[in-house]
Amino acid sequence: MKRLLGILVALLLPLSLGAQDIDMDEYLFGHVGDSYGWHITTFKGEPVSIHLPVIVRSKTTGWHVFSSKHIEEGEEYQGFVLNEDGKLVELQPDGSYVKPLDISITKNVLGLMVNSLILVLIVLLTARWYKRHDATKQAPRGFAGMMEMLIMMVEDDVIKECVGPDYRKYSPYLLTAFFFIFVNNLMGIVPFFPGGANITGNIAITMTLALFTFLAVNIFGNKHYWKDILWPDVPTWLKVPLPLMPLIEIIGMFTKPFSLMVRLFANILAGHFMLLGVIAVIFLTAKMGVGLNAGLSVISVVFGIFMDVLELLVAFIQAYVFTMLSSVFIGLSRQHSTE
Amino acid sequence: MSLITPDFGLLFWMTVIFAVVFFILAKFGFPVITGMVEKRSDRIEESLRKADEAEKALAEMAERREQIISEAKAEEAKILKEASATSDSIVAGAKDKAREEAEKVLEQARIEIAAEKESALRDIRRLVARLSVEVSEKVLRADLDEDKKQGAYLDRLIDEVQRSQDKS
Repeated sequence: MKRLLGILVALLLPLSLGAQDIDMDEYLFGHVGDSYGWHITTFKGEPVSIHLPVIVRSKTTGWHVFSSKHIEEGEEYQGFVLNEDGKLVELQPDGSYVKPLDISITKNVLGLMVNSLILVLIVLLTARWYKRHDATKQAPRGFAGMMEMLIMMVEDDVIKECVGPDYRKYSPYLLTAFFFIFVNNLMGIVPFFPGGANITGNIAITMTLALFTFLAVNIFGNKHYWKDILWPDVPTWLKVPLPLMPLIEIIGMFTKPFSLMVRLFANILAGHFMLLGVIAVIFLTAKMGVGLNAGLSVISVVFGIFMDVLELLVAFIQAYVFTMLSSVFIGLSRQHSTE
Repeated sequence: MSLITPDFGLLFWMTVIFAVVFFILAKFGFPVITGMVEKRSDRIEESLRKADEAEKALAEMAERREQIISEAKAEEAKILKEASATSDSIVAGAKDKAREEAEKVLEQARIEIAAEKESALRDIRRLVARLSVEVSEKVLRADLDEDKKQGAYLDRLIDEVQRSQDKS
């Protein structure tokens, strides 16, 4: 154990010696935020990054598609430039800025595509096993067996329990949501390309997921669900003349998916911040002398390992919780369907 | 890029990508897996039920066998009892018959003996009669010859008659 720590310190020292003053804001938000290019690493002072297509539509000049390398250093290209938030804006002749319609393939979009591809491959490979074997006669082993265990755990313990009798209709969506979040969470912990993009810690992603649950709840909600919202079983003076309870229920319709959105986003984002913060200790203490730096580096590595393991747990728990709460909300919208 | 304001481009791509992923997985992925697993669990349940039934049938059969065996044993005992009773009765009958037969034979023998005795007596009587006649004839003849000799002779004859009668 002592020798292991010694090796760790020896490995970390050149890192901290080579470190310059780092801008914590840029360091943190650069890692958890979105960007037009994907900065992978810096090699011999030169940034190694993937340039991604920028797709913007200006109100005056129409569609523009170009590589992100033209705007990465803050220079102007085809009338577009990065503002202080890192967003692309269009320069107007009078010197002001206008935000164009921006559907660029950013770092998060690429990460999303890669992770989705991984997810689709994983699930289709598992499904292929079932097409090639007579699953009534044998159970899968290895990877397909693990996937079956995971899928059936979510299906039996979460979906069947929470949705109720007509769970079959919702199970593909809920399973997709679970594995989508789980894969993206896990890929977010992987520190190098193509992982590391903070996808499920981005509010746009969780908002879309919550929106899908919102739609699943409200499109297929039965008449009892709507009655409970618009005319709940409470004393009449709570409903007429001032519709207090219906108002609260309608607000509840939106707070449920909102809580889903914020919970996933905040948990994953916080996990990334914690990890980045723990690792930043190594670089921040570089100027404070070798002894202090070495000691704190060891502590930060130990904490980093702990955080990483914790994040693995959180990755699973958040996917599980999102699926479970979605199932509960759907189950509430289908409550009396058996009667 | 601010953390808590959703970015339109990302929203757009996320919706598209998630919809595509959802479509693919809902069509070719999860239903295949869950359906097959469900089928398998149904089959296992069915097999368990069948095994249970078979076990029950087996137990029933064992019970039936026990019953048949006990019935057969009872039947056997009954038959044995009957057989022994029959043999007893046969033996008893045979004994009775034998006794009867023996009695009959004895009776016959007794009758025959009686008849034999009768005929023997008759023979003796006839002999005695004849002897008496002969004796009287001889006595009569001697009377005619000599008086003394006639008396001795008569005595001797009577002795003879007496001896022969004793013999028979």
